[in-house]
Order: sequence, then C-alpha cells, then structure tokens
Amino acid sequence: MLVDHAATRQHHQKHTLVALVENKPGVLNRVASLFRRRNFNIDSLAVGTTDDPQVSRMTIVVDANRTSAELVESNLYKLVNVIDVQDVTQVPAVMRELALIKVHVANTQKRGEIKHVVDMFQSRVVDVCKDSLIIEVTGDEEKVDSMLAVLDEYGIVEVVRTGRIAMARGAVNTIAQHEEVVFSTNGAEPE
Amino acid sequence: MKLTGAQIIWESLIQQDARLVFGYPGGAILPTYDALYDYQDRVRHVLVRHEENAALAADAYARATGRIGVCMSTSGPGATNLVTGLANAMMDSSPIVAITGQVASPLVGTDAFQETDVTGVTLPVTKHNYLVMNIEELPEVLAEAFYVARSGRPGPVLVDICKDVQQNSMEYTPVTSVHMRGYRAVKPMHQQDVPSLLRKARTLIDQSQRPVILAGQGIKHAGAHNELSEFISKTGIPVATTLLGIGVLAEDHPLNLRMMGMHGEAYVNKAIANADLLIALGMRFDDRVTGNLSQYAKNAKVIHVDIDAAEIDKNVHADIGIVGNVKDILQALTPMVAATDHSNWMKTIGKWREDTWSRDVLGQELPDEILIAPHVIRGVWYATEGQCIVCTDVGQHQMWETQYFQHIRPNQLITSGGLGTMGFALPASIGTKLGRPNDEVWAMAGDGGFQMSIPELATVVQEKLNIKIAIINNHFLGMVRQWQDLMHNKRYSQTRMWTPDFQKLAEAYGILGLRATTQSEAKQVIAQARAHNGPVLCEFVVEPEMNVFPMVMPGKALDDMARREPAALGTGFDAVK
Repeated sequence: MLVDHAATRQHHQKHTLVALVENKPGVLNRVASLFRRRNFNIDSLAVGTTDDPQVSRMTIVVDANRTSAELVESNLYKLVNVIDVQDVTQVPAVMRELALIKVHVANTQKRGEIKHVVDMFQSRVVDVCKDSLIIEVTGDEEKVDSMLAVLDEYGIVEVVRTGRIAMARGAVNTIAQHEEVVFSTNGAEPE
Repeated sequence: MKLTGAQIIWESLIQQDARLVFGYPGGAILPTYDALYDYQDRVRHVLVRHEENAALAADAYARATGRIGVCMSTSGPGATNLVTGLANAMMDSSPIVAITGQVASPLVGTDAFQETDVTGVTLPVTKHNYLVMNIEELPEVLAEAFYVARSGRPGPVLVDICKDVQQNSMEYTPVTSVHMRGYRAVKPMHQQDVPSLLRKARTLIDQSQRPVILAGQGIKHAGAHNELSEFISKTGIPVATTLLGIGVLAEDHPLNLRMMGMHGEAYVNKAIANADLLIALGMRFDDRVTGNLSQYAKNAKVIHVDIDAAEIDKNVHADIGIVGNVKDILQALTPMVAATDHSNWMKTIGKWREDTWSRDVLGQELPDEILIAPHVIRGVWYATEGQCIVCTDVGQHQMWETQYFQHIRPNQLITSGGLGTMGFALPASIGTKLGRPNDEVWAMAGDGGFQMSIPELATVVQEKLNIKIAIINNHFLGMVRQWQDLMHNKRYSQTRMWTPDFQKLAEAYGILGLRATTQSEAKQVIAQARAHNGPVLCEFVVEPEMNVFPMVMPGKALDDMARREPAALGTGFDAVK
C-alpha cells in the first residue's frame, strides 16, 4: 500500500503551481525551507510582485516523477503566509520563461548567422560587443532549450533563465484571491 | 489606556485565559518579567530549571487539559533551549505558544549579545512564528498566535519580541478580531465532494468482512470520543489506536484492540495485516505504526479522514481520502452505514489474542527477587485502580506502559510520540499536575531519561507539586541496548549507565526517596508513595537486560514480529488481564 508517487502521476510530468503569498519578510525563506525539509524536488521557482502590493505571486514547477504535486500543494497551503495555491497544469494557460543568452562571436560571418537564428526564434539581440552578443528569448522551456541547442555551436558564454511563469487564459483569475477571514479572539471559530 | 509592550503581553495572555506560564527570565525578556511583578495575582508563573522543560511542561499541560500551554524565555540560549520542546509539540500536534525576548530592534542582525535568529532556527519546528519589531503589531500578533496554535491541526507558535517593543508604549484596546489573509484552519477542498465520498465510504464499510479502525489523536483534538463510540456500537468494527490515540476509546471496551505498531501486541498488528478495510481516523500512518510500507495491509482498502490535507496519500494510499474534522465526518457517516455484525472477525482476532496472553511475561512465575518493569507499571495501575495519569519518558518503559497499563479515560497517558523526547516525563508531570491538580499524577522514566531532567526536581519542590516519580532503573539505556542486542550482536556501545543514589538525591531536594529491588518491595513502595502527601521519588531496580516484545524489526512487515516464547500461565504478579 506504499504510495507510489511516480505511478500516480497524471498525464503531465511537470506540474505548474501558482501560489499567492503575503508580501512579508521571510516568506520566500518559509517556502524554500518547506521544500528542503520535505525533500521536494522543484524544477523552478519564480517570484514577483502583483497588482496588489501586499501580495506576491510564485510559480513553481514540480517534477511529478519525483514529487507529488498534490503534496507540494497541500504543504504550501499549510504555510500561514500562503493565501492560495492552485495546480494550473490542466487549466488552459499561457506559460512563459525568459532567458538571456550571451554568445561568443568569432567573426562577422558568425554574427550574421547568429542574427539569423535570433530571427527564426522570434527573439532579439539586446547587447552587442566586439566579440559577444546577448540574446533575449521568451517562450516555453522547449523553445528556450532548442535555441540553446542551436546556439551551442557558436559558444555560449553564460545563460540566465527566469523559470516558468503562468497565467490562465480567458477573463477568469488564474487563482482565487479569497476573501479575508475574520476570527474573534474569544475562541470562536471564524464565520 | 496606554500600556507597555510587556504589559500588553500579560493582558493578551489573560484575555486568552492563559493564566499559567512556564518560563525562565533573562536579559532580552526582562521588561516582560518586570511587568509580571504586577500581574502575579492573575498569572501563575512556574520557574523551570531549563527552558527545554518549560516547553515540554507547556506541551504536557496542553495535552492534559486541551488548553493552550504557554512558555517563555529570553533570547539566544534561552530561545534555542526551547527548540526540542517546540519540535516535540510540532510532531505531536500540541498547541503551545512560546514567547521569547529578542535583542532590541536596532540591534537585530548585528550579532548582539545573546542574539540568535530565533524565527529562523524554529521555522521547521513551529506551525508558524513571528518576529515583532514594532509595538503596533504586538496585540494582533499575539491574538493570531493563539488562534493558529489551537485551530485546525494544532501546533506550536513562537512569538519573538524585541526588547524595545516590550519597553515601548501604545494605546491599547483588547483585540476582539483578527484578519488573516493567508491562514485557513482547514484547507478548503473545492474539488472535494464530501457527500459522494461518504457514500463511497459507506459502501466499503458495509461490504467489508474484516474492517479495522485506526484511531489517532485527531479524535481527541476533535472531541469525537462519543462519535467514535457510536460508530462502533452500530458497526461492531474493532479499533486499534496509535500511541497518541490511546484513551480515545476506553481500553476495557470489548472492541478496543489497543495499541498497534512496532510494539503493539501481535494480535492487533495481525488484525491490521489481515484486514480488508482500514478506516484511519485522525492519524498519519507513522513508520512506527506501519512497519514496511510495501507490505502494509496488502489486501485492505483504505479510508483516511484527517484535518490536514497534507497527510492524505503521504505514506499510505487512500482509496477514499476525506479532509475534515473527524467529529463532523463521523456524525454524518454513522447514520448512513448499516448495523453490521463482525463477531466472526472478532472471534478470529480473539484467537490471536489468546496467543498473546500465553506469551505475557506477567503470566510467568518469577521469583520475588526478580523485578521487571511490567511489575512496576501493572503495580501502579493496580494500586491506583487504573485512575491515575501517567507521564512517561521515552524507551522501553514507555512501551511497557502501553502494554501493562489499561487506560480507561481520555488523556490518561501523556507521552512523547513522534519526536521521542527523552527527559519528557518529569517536566510533563509538572505541566500535567498543574493542569489537573485533582488527579494523581505519576511520572515514569528510565534511569537515562530521568537523568536528563533531574534539575526539575527543584521545580517540583518550589511549586509544591504532589507528583509521584517512578524511576525504572535497569542501569542501561534500555531501548538502545535492546537494539544493540537484537541488531548489533550485543555490542553495548555507550548504553551502560551509572546512576546516582536516588534516595540521597531525593533527600538533597528535601523529598521522600524510596527504593525497591523485589516484587514485594515494589508493592510496598507504590503504596507508601501514594500514602505520602507530597512528592516522592521511587527507584525500582529492575532486571538489567530484558527486551520489549513483540517487536516489528526495522524493514519488516507489520505482522512479522519478534515474539517472546509462550510460557505456561502462572499467577505471577497480580496477573490481571
């Protein structure tokens, strides 16, 4: 009756969780500490502000081969500063990652070739030096991966990737911003 | 009314009706202790001799009373000493609030004297913690701390308060409600269709031939004792309990199989291994309960009810997992299920139970000079007519307590389960006695665990607590020795233990010290201790090398247990079943 988390994985091996958290000191530490002590394997974690200055938004990619996304979700939810968590893997959503790639440029001919690759990937050059370029690419992980594979032969100097961010398509909110709970201090349970 | 932060702390505790605090003063908490001077008529402060014991006593107080235990210490070493107690409360879901002093806010982060990042250190061992650097936050934070500690799955909450916050003043009005954006006591399960899950559960329950209920501490926290009784009265389903679930159903109830797991009796584990349905109520399938997971209850469907969504499917796959308060779930489920008869199943279990009795060490005739721990535990049970509260330490005597003491009331056993904290018994008995002054309280510890908390004898004396202490002295770290015996070829590495003259120790603390080395002396000592109006330290010198059986060895299936050989049943030492 052992829980075989790998066997119970759903169609998608990568799960995308979106979490709204209170924008307070130490909250990222609480999340990171949770992943470490529960031995959760996380592919990426992207954090940023939202339209509400009190709230930050995290996008977490879980490799469901190694870690149950449900357990990650339930445990995240238990953190007092986490407002809500949702697995958006099954929801029609836009998922994006941004990468900056610095490529070595050996000569003018290579520079032309690289520009051609940049155009094909609908990305752009954001810095030009005598013997290097910085390319900015946006897309899903596969697109970034394949661009890196193509650029590899020119000599990649360094890469930085943001990790995935996600937003549900359509007018609905990706994640419910549920109303505040008020509880009385005399021991009564909240309404 | 303008109050200092220190005064606000005491006002908040009084508002929460937390009028008992276990603590130890020091530099960064001094303003709060100064304010306490004027609150002594409304709050009782118990001065412990080590901060760890403040947290453990608060934890035991919470277990014994169902209220929130409060402990207090200064910054740095005072706060780090709390960590073991907090971890103990975290593992066993005990609601405590810890208040620690912190260096003044301008000094935070400068490695100031007695500065430690206490919220950082205690992050993994608290349900939540707060660092208060601004007095304006203080009233709300304290109110939140109490709410978070007691609601949902309970747990420890720490509030670290900078010294200048304690000294500053603000206009104070008691907090009557708090807005929490992130916290929900129970995870709202939007996808969970409870009526449909209950119907499926009913089908499984009605169809099962060999069901077993696994009852945990969640029943106690939910106050679902009666609901459990009603459910089994209707269905006739037997109940096995976890260590912390002991007492959720009286152990003399015919359907109570008693404790399961590593040192559960063999018939209990056999029943679970042969079950076709497990109904897990407020328990978390700890490894000490399941044995080897890959072979656990292979033919059983599992219904798992827990208030903590993160427990469902964590260790054991639930065919039906329901997140919620077990009291509500049972109230809904009992009218739905059919009245069933499981007397055949009980007869099968009863046969296995007879085999257990035949191997009972108390059934053996032992000469009077051979005293063993089960004699002491059964002796206390017998003398107190099973009515006293027992606070145990951790190890062999703890497991024997579960086997030889029949618990008939809720909260009769106060013990450290998940963390297995040695040194728990004495501070726990302090917290328990203060919480339930009219109950007879016995602290039972091994010679190892007791030596970890000896300093608290001073607290017992200073607070005039009528606690009976039983030291089960085998001159070994018994459980570790047992593992060395069974798994490390009797290489007793660092488990032999010298012990002081406990009678002289008792005398030094000004309390009665007694000693027993035979079965008849043990009876006399227990009677004498009970007759004495005041704390008593009893030493029971027992057989040095005796093992707790049955035992599920690590990696083995739950019903693959090491057993004691059967022996002819004799009269033994009041061999009461």
